[in-house]
This record gives sequence, C-alpha cells and structure tokens, in this order.
Amino acid sequence: MTTTFPDRSFGARTPQDAKLLRRRRLVNAAFSGLVYACGAIAAVPLVAIVYYVLKKGAGVMSLDFLTKDVPILTRSIGPGMGPAIVGTLLITGVATLMAVPLGILAAVYLNEYGKKNRLATVIRTMSDVMTGVPSIVMGLFIFTIWVLRFKQSGFAGSLALACLMLPVVIRSAEEILRLVPAGLREASLALGASRARTILTVVLPAAIPGITSGALLAVARASGETAPLLFTIGASRTKNLNIFFGANTALSTQIFRNATQPFPGAQARAWGAALTLIVLVVLLTILARLVTKRFSVPLR
Amino acid sequence: MFSAVCLASGLMVLVVLGLILISTSHEAMPVFRQEGLGFLTSSQWDIPGNHFGALAFIYGTLVASVIALIIAVPISLGLALFLTELAPRKLRTPVVFLIDLLAAIPSVVYGLWGILVFAPWLGGRSFMTAGIILAIMITPIVTSISKEVFATVPRDQKEAAWGLGATRFEMIRGAVFPYSRNGLVGAVMLGLGRAMGETIAVALVIGSVPAIRAQLFEPGDAMAAVIANQFGEASGTHRAALIGLGVVLFLMTVIINILARTVTGRADRRLSGAKR
Repeated sequence: MTTTFPDRSFGARTPQDAKLLRRRRLVNAAFSGLVYACGAIAAVPLVAIVYYVLKKGAGVMSLDFLTKDVPILTRSIGPGMGPAIVGTLLITGVATLMAVPLGILAAVYLNEYGKKNRLATVIRTMSDVMTGVPSIVMGLFIFTIWVLRFKQSGFAGSLALACLMLPVVIRSAEEILRLVPAGLREASLALGASRARTILTVVLPAAIPGITSGALLAVARASGETAPLLFTIGASRTKNLNIFFGANTALSTQIFRNATQPFPGAQARAWGAALTLIVLVVLLTILARLVTKRFSVPLR
Repeated sequence: MFSAVCLASGLMVLVVLGLILISTSHEAMPVFRQEGLGFLTSSQWDIPGNHFGALAFIYGTLVASVIALIIAVPISLGLALFLTELAPRKLRTPVVFLIDLLAAIPSVVYGLWGILVFAPWLGGRSFMTAGIILAIMITPIVTSISKEVFATVPRDQKEAAWGLGATRFEMIRGAVFPYSRNGLVGAVMLGLGRAMGETIAVALVIGSVPAIRAQLFEPGDAMAAVIANQFGEASGTHRAALIGLGVVLFLMTVIINILARTVTGRADRRLSGAKR
C-alpha cells in the first residue's frame, strides 16, 4: 500500500498524478472553449437580423418612403410610412410626458421619504413586479378601461406605453437618487432649506443627467412596442396629428400588419419600417449613452 | 405638500396594478361565468360554437417558453461567465455592446425576421421556431441578471479556490456556482416570465393552430399570440375569452415574478449577512 501525496499545482510525481493533471487541464480548456463559443453563438442571430433589415430596408428607403401616406391597397408596391413615423413619435412622446415626471416623483418618494418603511418596500417590490407584466396585458388593460368608453386614439396608445414605462423609470431614477451623496442633502438642510426645497434645488439637479439617461432608455424601449398599441390606437393610413381623437398608426403596428401579407410590396414596406424603427431606437440608445458619459462627473 | 405629491405618484404603481386586475377580470367575467373551470381545463376553442377553453394556448406558451429556456439559459450563463471571469478587458466591451443591441431590437422586428427569413429556413412556423426566437430575445435579460449574481461572489472565496491550485473551471464550479445558485434560479425565472409574456414575435412565428401535440416542429399557438392575432375581429364572448386569457397570463407572470424576486431576495440577504 502506497500513500500518494498529490501535488496539484506543479509537476506530477506519479503516472496517476500526471494523468489526473492532464485531464483537469483538458476539462478546463474544453470549458473555456465552450464559454467563448457562447459569445460567438449569441452574435449569429444579431448579425443575421441586422443584415436582413439593412439589406431589405435600404432597398425601399427614400424621402418618399419617410414622408408619403401608406398606400390604400396593401398589395401595391411603393412608399410610404410617413404617418407611422409621425404616429410613433407622437404616441411615444405623449407617453414620455406622462410616465417620466410621475416615475421621477415616485422614485423621490421611495428614496427621500419612504426609504425602508413598509409602504415603500411594497411599492418597490410591486414596481419590480410591474416590469414583468406582459405588454399585451397593458394593451388589454387600456382597452377595457379607456377604449371601451372613449374609442381608439393615439392617446389610448400613449396611456398603455406610459404604464409600461412607469416602473422602468422609477427603478432607474431611484438607483440614481441613491448615488447622490448624503452630504449634499445635509448641507442644504443645515442651511435651513426645507425637505422639499432640498430635493427640488439640490438632489434632483445633481441626479438629472443619470435620470435622463435612464428615461431615454425607457423611451427607446417603448417606441418599439407593438402589443400595447394593437387594439388601442386603431389603424390609419394618413397622418393624424390629433392625438386625442380618431385612429392613429405607428411603425411597429405597420410592421406587424404588413409582415403577414403575402404581397412583396407590403413586405418591402415592413422591412423599410423595421429599418426606420431600429434607427430610431439605436439613436435614442446612443443619446442615452452620451448623456451618461457627458454628465456623469458630479456623482463621483 | 410636495411629499404628498410624491407619495401619490408612488401609490400609482399599486393603483395601476390593482386596476389591471379588476378591469380586465371584469370584462372577462362573461367567459369565466360561461365556462367555469373549463376555461382552464378544456382545449376546445370553438369560435362559431361559442365554446372557449384555453388549455391549448397555455400548453403552447409553456412549450415555447421551455424550449427558449433550454436554449437560452446555458448560452446566457456562458456569456455571463465570459464577462465576469474569462474575458480579457478588450473583448468585454464588444460583447456587452452585442447584448445591449440584442435587447434593443424591438419584438416586432424579431417577428418580421422570424416569419420572412428564419421560419422558411427552419421548415415553417412551429413551436420550435417560436422557442428559438424567444431564446434569442430573453438571452440579454438572463445574461445581465446572471452577471450581477456572479459579481456578488466574494473575492476571497474565489482566491481560496485559486490558492488550492484549482483550474479556472474548478474554481467556477467550486466557488462561483454554489454561491450563486439562488440568484441563478431567480434569473431563469425572470427569463421564463419574459418569454411567457412575449407577444408579437411569437404571434408571427408560432403558426396559430391551437393544438396540444408533442411534435415540436408542428405549428401551435400561445396565449399572448392568440390575443394579438384574434382580438381585432373578436366580439361578445370571444372577446371576453381573449381578455380572460390576458387575466390568466397576467396572474401567471406576476406569480413567477414575485417568486423570482423572493428567491433572489433571500440570496441578497444571505450575501449581506456574509459580509459582516
């Protein structure tokens, strides 16, 4: 009976040790290879999607495409998506006007007033849960509570998008508020400023760049949403600047409806709308990044 | 005054969540009353015959989501390990950028690519087509949560493993994984919630045939997808049934989300306890 004393880190003393060491190194190398492969696998669909959207979308892109009305017949070939671009900007814009101020105020409550009391904890948890509510359910919700009474309109779509954005804004704004140094608040309070004044003139100004960047990401997300708009905004093929009255249209719903058409003209318009939408979303995302980079100095 | 405004804004979250439940279940009442528990246990969805059972859609949602998890979870864990443990700094930024882009692409664009490019290539619309597209779509969220979870593993535990002469794989298996188990369960559940609620892409690629079958390359249908596809032409009990599907979906995703957060929340508490 021999006792072997495994020397795991350096040169093996017995044949068994050498074998073990070789095996461990092999397993490790295989594992590293697998992990690297994951990165490559994730890149494949991204490249495929971006390639097709660019290739097919660029084919129909033109000034006419961006400005003209949607053709009456879905089978006809040619532009455009003008009303959908206007609709997307309008509906998302109004949703932003509702969700962002409300979200920031809610975040102020959570971080400055409620802190760790029971109500704040409940609101925080429920807000996280609300981020998991499917977007189609938000569409159904606004349909049952708004559309059944006031008919379809751009504003109904804005309401649905605002419901989706609200918890996202709250979450990101609260995280930024938490980063504002306590010293700033204490200095302001020590000078005799009230709680509200401290928040409005000291805390929020320090946090605004970070909050803006988080809000822009939420807006980018919302501008691509389809399900909440499907039964709330109706369908229109011409521009409708009146957000409160009449059917409207958006890039996302146009893509959805045209994607299922067998006609090449409709499919081409869907690809063009997809390219427009992706450019819009990417621009907003880059803008958010720039805002963070440009102004992120004050919070250490 | 100002504090009251802030409090009211915070309460909006609870108000909206409550209203979602009340308003949608109120409109779905006719179908709940007509079908009773059969709404959940019957797989017969007969629009002209005015008979509505949701089982085939619940089945489709679960099948597509489980396919998505089976594909997305290993890849996401790999990506998260790559970003936290393996990648040289130079490779980290492009991979983070790649994942951000995957998350930024709208659902409807995945659907468009899915129906016109991917489904024809894979051999038609099916559970599998939907599952694979869903896998692509939930990879960013599962990756980013797993990354956060891996980042909480204390340095000294990893260094202890290194010190014993462990290889990188042994260090990850012995120090990183045991410590992150709860957090990872939470990440997977949040991915499941996301996959179940995903609507538009699935509506375009699953095939829209309500059927309970084991052949994954055959067309099926899912809860969110059928709402998107049929709601426009629905009225009466049919519409109530679609809203009822929304209520079931809402409850399922909320429960999964709460469970996921309790699991990770417990992990957080353990982590903060361990620091002291």
